[in-house]
Amino acid sequence: MTDQRTARGVSDRMAGAISQVAAAGALIVVFVVLSIVAPSFLTADNLFNLGSQTSVNAVMAVGVTLVIITGGIDLSVGSVAALSGVIGVMLMAEYGFDPTLAIIGGILVGAVAGLVNGLLVSVVGLPPFIATLGMLSVARGLVLIATGAVAVFGAPDSFRLLGQGVIGGFPIPVLLIVLVAVGGYVVLTRTKLGRYSYVMGSNMEAARLSGVPVRSYTTAVYVLSGALAGLGGMIAASRINSGQPNFGEGLELDVIAAVVIGGASLFGGRGTVLGSLIGAFLVAVIRNGAVQLNIGTFYQNVLIGVIIWIAVWWDRYQRRKLSGDTG
Amino acid sequence: MTREISARVPAVRLTHVSKSFPGVAAVDDVSLDIDPGEVHVFAGENGAGKSTLMKLVAQVEEPTSGTIELHGTPMTYRGPGHAREFGVAMVHQEFALAPDLTVAENLFIGGEPGRGGWISRARERRDARELLSRVGADLDPGRRVAQLSTAEQQRVELAKALAVDARVLILDEPTATLTRQQADELFAIIRQLTASGIAVLYISHRLDEIFEIGDRVTVMRDGAVVATRPASELDEDALVALMVGRNVDNLYPREHTSPGPVRLQVRNLTRRDVVHDVSFDVRGGEILGMAGLVGAGRTEVARMVFGAEPPDSGSVTLDGRTVRIRRPSDAIDAGIGYLTESRKTDGLALQLGVDKNITMAKLPMWNGLINLREERSVAGRHRDRLGIRVPWVGRPVQALSGGNQQKVVLARWLETQAEVLLFDEPGRGMDVGAKADMFREMDRLAGHGKAVVFISSYLPELLNMCDRILVMRGGRVAGELAKEEFSEERVIALATGAKDNHD
Repeated sequence: MTDQRTARGVSDRMAGAISQVAAAGALIVVFVVLSIVAPSFLTADNLFNLGSQTSVNAVMAVGVTLVIITGGIDLSVGSVAALSGVIGVMLMAEYGFDPTLAIIGGILVGAVAGLVNGLLVSVVGLPPFIATLGMLSVARGLVLIATGAVAVFGAPDSFRLLGQGVIGGFPIPVLLIVLVAVGGYVVLTRTKLGRYSYVMGSNMEAARLSGVPVRSYTTAVYVLSGALAGLGGMIAASRINSGQPNFGEGLELDVIAAVVIGGASLFGGRGTVLGSLIGAFLVAVIRNGAVQLNIGTFYQNVLIGVIIWIAVWWDRYQRRKLSGDTG
Repeated sequence: MTREISARVPAVRLTHVSKSFPGVAAVDDVSLDIDPGEVHVFAGENGAGKSTLMKLVAQVEEPTSGTIELHGTPMTYRGPGHAREFGVAMVHQEFALAPDLTVAENLFIGGEPGRGGWISRARERRDARELLSRVGADLDPGRRVAQLSTAEQQRVELAKALAVDARVLILDEPTATLTRQQADELFAIIRQLTASGIAVLYISHRLDEIFEIGDRVTVMRDGAVVATRPASELDEDALVALMVGRNVDNLYPREHTSPGPVRLQVRNLTRRDVVHDVSFDVRGGEILGMAGLVGAGRTEVARMVFGAEPPDSGSVTLDGRTVRIRRPSDAIDAGIGYLTESRKTDGLALQLGVDKNITMAKLPMWNGLINLREERSVAGRHRDRLGIRVPWVGRPVQALSGGNQQKVVLARWLETQAEVLLFDEPGRGMDVGAKADMFREMDRLAGHGKAVVFISSYLPELLNMCDRILVMRGGRVAGELAKEEFSEERVIALATGAKDNHD
């Protein structure tokens, strides 16, 4: 009996890491293959570009990771990012805001959208899928109303730094990934917000009966997701130096794919920042590589969809193995 | 289908059957005959392999080696549908009913009467009525299953088993959620079924009912059969010794101490249509039992005291101070702990580690961050003190046995320094050894001057462990019994409202 216990102990210790290892393995394989078949892939320019491209997706994925760990979902991040982007740029172009203030403003716009999501879920009691699906539409509608469906230009040059600047040889967007990832890691592993997210996602009623203020923490998680979507939107706006009303359509899919590929469970209770980052890079590398190989977006979408299937199948397969009980 | 029952052909014959999961021999070389018309009880601690063995018979799992014969025909594994064709039906502990469908729809899932994709509703209802009457259930087939009580749902499960013309019926702890009276009714039905030649394979943890309903008893330990004996040749002590592999000297370890001052005082607790005007006191060092039929309002009282549900009116006083409890965190801060009736649905975060489950209600913090080192040492301390058997404290609790899971929940409330502990059916689904462990903890808590409330539907537990018993009926306190007045008859009389012939 003792031997089995130890063997099982080791295996469930590793179970959490398996998805990440698998995703990391897939990332390495895709990376190596692309370096060989696409000469333009492994160039300094392209890698620089790749890092910056990933930043939008990665930053948003950290927020969505938290939401998914609680057993929720945030479908609105793409629209919210667009809303933050256009309002941030409008603050600079039309109201003369300093870029720093405008960036904070954009993040706040995202946080407010997240707050609405959070309250709809925790107080009104809507399913997260519906609450954030509504926000997907509402935020996109607001973007179109605010811009008249026309791109917003006119931000000062210094705004470009956020998405295109370099510090000490590293692109600022890549540094932002590191910053947000470390912050997200600390929140998830060392704070009540992170811990309670896991507990609520694993068993909401047990959390409530253990005195966890589930409404406040659920709301907080959506606020964080919205704020990070706002940051992602500002980075994107800075990269293209404008607020694009149609930015981020379908982006939620890439973000959720990243989180799921990274081992988070859509049933809640499981997920890590590192895993989601690996997932974000995998999605970005596939998209980037496809461009290098002249494979169109349509095929990329098919590929990403298939990868989501595999990742979720893998998650379910792991779960079944873990819960294989011995009456 | 014609039904020939020959006494010579066993309903189920197992020959050297084994089932191993990676690293674990769940069922180890079992050979056994089960005759038509007998109630064959499978006893043993949790993890002894009883449920796995039943899954093998029902073809839910494929045996690693050995052969299984049903009515003389050797089975090749082709899934549960195949076993059903041979008349094997299994009623799981957790029912497999679709709550939003009607009783009739549930009965004929997969075998709807009618032709060509059309379902004949009239025939469905008529057939359903007949099946239900065979299991003694006077239910409207048009009712939604979600509206039925647990006992009624179980009848539907039984009827569903009969709908496939079962000749071998597997029941996994069927009385776990039933009251005494409902269990008696179930036994009567089981006897009718066996009289018609159906073999019943019956898993149970309740010693008394093993002797009441069982013809033969097979005791399992560590996946192997320890003994198969006629129930009449065994007594409780012998059975327990076989199950545990040693003599359990005391199932109910209780050292009564003289109760101290009143610690918990509940007054006029009321919630419309559920609980009416419930008042009681619990003293330090005392275990107060709460008896009553399922639905008598005991769990609701506990939940209201704990703040899980708001009462319409009433007050809770702790150590002489009235506390306002509006949510669980208020109760926890005041020093109340609640071990819920079903650990899995509302007690534990199953995917998370033992450590995280223990510190769920009180996280060790350091400057706004969780102190992970302190958390590990807190968990280690409780693991050692309560004897939680786990190789490392980060292990997900879903991998633990029921007894160890229950200890994890208890550790959570010990960590919040709870002075009043509400135990709601703490022994449910646990084996003899684990129950004795849990009861020893309850006794020890009382010994340390804490106030303990013990809700149970199993009277021997209450009679042996409690200092007083509060009996509830229909949401009210029907009466209170002091230690010297304890008897099963009195509790039942109060719980059912029958005249107490002792008075």
